[in-house]
Amino acid sequence: MRTDPQALSPFDPHSDPVLVLGIGNLLWADEGFGVRCAETLGRTHVLPGTVTLMDGGTQGLYLLPHVTAARRMVLFDAVDYGLPPGSVHVVEDGDIPRFTGAKKMSLHQTGFQEVLAAATLLGRLPEKMVLIGVQPVDMSDYGGPLHDTLKARVPEAVALGVARLRDWGLSVGVRAGEVSADLFDPSLAHEPFEAGRPSADEACRFGDTRVLARMSPCSGRGPGPSPGAGVGAKYDDRAPHTRERI
Amino acid sequence: MTRHETQGFTLDDTGRRIVVDPVTRIEGYMRVEVNVDENNVIRNAVSTGTLWRGLEVILKGRDPRDAWAFTQRICGVCTGTHALASVRAVENALGITIPDNANIIRNLMQLCLQVHDHLVHFYHLHALDWVDVVSALDADPRTTSELAQSLSDWPLSSPGYFRDIQNRLKAFVASGQLGLFTNGYWGNPAYRLPADANLMAVAHYLEALDFQKEIVKIHTVFGGKNPHPNWLVGGVPCAINLDGVGAVGAVNMERLNLVKSIIERTIEFVDKVYIPDLTAIAGFYRDWQYGGGISSQCLLAYGDIPVRANDYGPDSLLMPHGAIINGDLSTVHDVDLSDPEQIQEFVSHSWYTYPDETRGLHPWDGLTEPDFQLGPNTKGTRTKIEQIDENAKYSWIKSPRWRGHPMEVGPLARFVIGHVRGNPEFKEPVDRLLRTLDLPLEAIFSTLGRTAARGLEASWAAHKMAWFFDRLISNLKAGDTATANTERWDPATWPDDVKGYGFTEAPRGALGHWIHIRDRKIENYQAVVPTTWNGSPRDPQGQIGPFEAALMNTPLAKADEPLEILRTLHSFDPCLACSSHVLSPDGQEMATVTVR
Repeated sequence: MRTDPQALSPFDPHSDPVLVLGIGNLLWADEGFGVRCAETLGRTHVLPGTVTLMDGGTQGLYLLPHVTAARRMVLFDAVDYGLPPGSVHVVEDGDIPRFTGAKKMSLHQTGFQEVLAAATLLGRLPEKMVLIGVQPVDMSDYGGPLHDTLKARVPEAVALGVARLRDWGLSVGVRAGEVSADLFDPSLAHEPFEAGRPSADEACRFGDTRVLARMSPCSGRGPGPSPGAGVGAKYDDRAPHTRERI
Repeated sequence: MTRHETQGFTLDDTGRRIVVDPVTRIEGYMRVEVNVDENNVIRNAVSTGTLWRGLEVILKGRDPRDAWAFTQRICGVCTGTHALASVRAVENALGITIPDNANIIRNLMQLCLQVHDHLVHFYHLHALDWVDVVSALDADPRTTSELAQSLSDWPLSSPGYFRDIQNRLKAFVASGQLGLFTNGYWGNPAYRLPADANLMAVAHYLEALDFQKEIVKIHTVFGGKNPHPNWLVGGVPCAINLDGVGAVGAVNMERLNLVKSIIERTIEFVDKVYIPDLTAIAGFYRDWQYGGGISSQCLLAYGDIPVRANDYGPDSLLMPHGAIINGDLSTVHDVDLSDPEQIQEFVSHSWYTYPDETRGLHPWDGLTEPDFQLGPNTKGTRTKIEQIDENAKYSWIKSPRWRGHPMEVGPLARFVIGHVRGNPEFKEPVDRLLRTLDLPLEAIFSTLGRTAARGLEASWAAHKMAWFFDRLISNLKAGDTATANTERWDPATWPDDVKGYGFTEAPRGALGHWIHIRDRKIENYQAVVPTTWNGSPRDPQGQIGPFEAALMNTPLAKADEPLEILRTLHSFDPCLACSSHVLSPDGQEMATVTVR
């Protein structure tokens, strides 16, 4: 909760700063969901000048200045809720960090959990926050695409974000035609990024030791993604974390 | 192996094995296994990068002018530094020169990143290895105030101020949301600060959290946005119009005045808070002289911050360049990133394969072909490794070597190289700090030396920003507003087949990108990142890497609370995001420790 005096006044949707933040690494398949949502929102909607639309990447603690500057925040992210892949789920305010403590949440959530803790410690946590998350299919495919299941969920997640901004009294318009987002360099925009992606044969793209259960030989040598391996296997077989903590 | 001699260390794996995993607090994964003897002294160390890095393969076939935008995403933290190495690599390959203003602005961006990263590292990623947060609750705000005022004239130092901080901390701890502080081994005997010093450090931890938001505005001014500022092959993507009033995209005098004031406040914060804290903390640990590793033997820096645009020779680079080997501090060797005999990467102990693994490959010839296999002495299974077999392949990090030597990179390497080259900008601050602490020069070859060099470098970088800012202003006032050279922007002007390299000094050490452009597309791209140098596994000669060496012979106060291991590894500011990025299974970022 904000404790600085200026924040004690009621939220003014016409002047108070709002952050719309997509987080994740767009190089890692479904991990890019949050950033793609922010990109899509910027391409399809007109936001008032008080809203900052941001590709937060995996910046972790470095996002703190942007978070503490905001009075309210909408967050898009790939979240491991333990739900079926593609499920969109909304978490509010104080549950955002707590939820992360209950079960794994997003790839970088430790980074973001720290941001929220630091903002709390500084007394400048946004007074209202909403996390719009999707359950990923595969986050270990380095350089791989956003899965179709998730791609199909982007408009729904964006609509939830827009609805929330409107609930807060902000005026969000719909663009007549899509424009290119100036969120990042055009080469990283969704279509060119995926169009220029080398195939898995050209560029073996598997993950790490914690996902090796899924791997079978790739190009006859190293491990590679094995067809048919389920999400469950991926999350259950992370060797480093099965041990007792101290 | 039971006993093995290398680089002056005796590795002995007969004692109890301790596994620490993961080690980093942000961005990336790393696992360390050590063997300790009956006195809990580390006698064998094994460092494993547990994540596969495959950026190179993503870039194949892309437009070289876009490579910076992709490489910026390798790492969630040092984004700009990869972008800088990338545009330099493309410019080097294509023979593109940049205007003076572009060089100055790039230097300002890079120096800004250095200060920002060092500050965040010291207070938020490393301080809690030295500072006991819980002990700060027992401090007396009055004596804390006296301590603070004896160290610096920084104004935030009254008893009331520290009482307020203490109350905030109490409320935070009482709320059960330890969050930021869950990583600590509070109360461990390896913590040496008195309660007052702990409280002062916690206060500055909070101030630094708050202050970092100022510094990054410089990236927003010159890079258009933060995070992920924009970069451009051939210069910088920011137009300058001194007389402009709020022109979209153009940097005007009002923006430049903002930059000037941020630089001034940055210098003040570093010199009045960071350096006095560093000195005070070091004073309490002055006899904790562990963690030097190979820093007294083999150091490498490519150098950075060219004073003259397009001149990347040692005389132009303000941040030191060179290599020291075999502990011979009287000779600094020049480093050539294009020489196939100098920088080579080995994979004998990495999960990649080469046709001949007894030999290393220069990055231009680099292969990134994965080959995951575990040695016969591995304990556990492929997916639940309990103990790694370091005699076989055991890391996703390759082993880069300079003329066959493992090399430490980072602020300590830069300061030692600058010092032995006799550069007063690096020699004097080191000598002054050592005099204050009453320590000999050799004391710098330690964990604390690494941490100290980073702080001194933050100060150096902040002052250099002021110097470059003045140069930028005089150029602009003289009418030179050029920021980009677009002569060779059109791929039709490029040769069919060229190679290039670009380098920079990232906050955590030497960073190189190598590019091969064929038919106007990227044919091969290799990045050798600082944590690849520092975190490298063994090589075909059995030489250990800098992390491994730095852990050797360190005594642990409590084997099941490896605070000393974290302290030393954190002193390198490891960033394995270059290998990939955080995957935390249950929201906890505590190190998992297993003692066998």
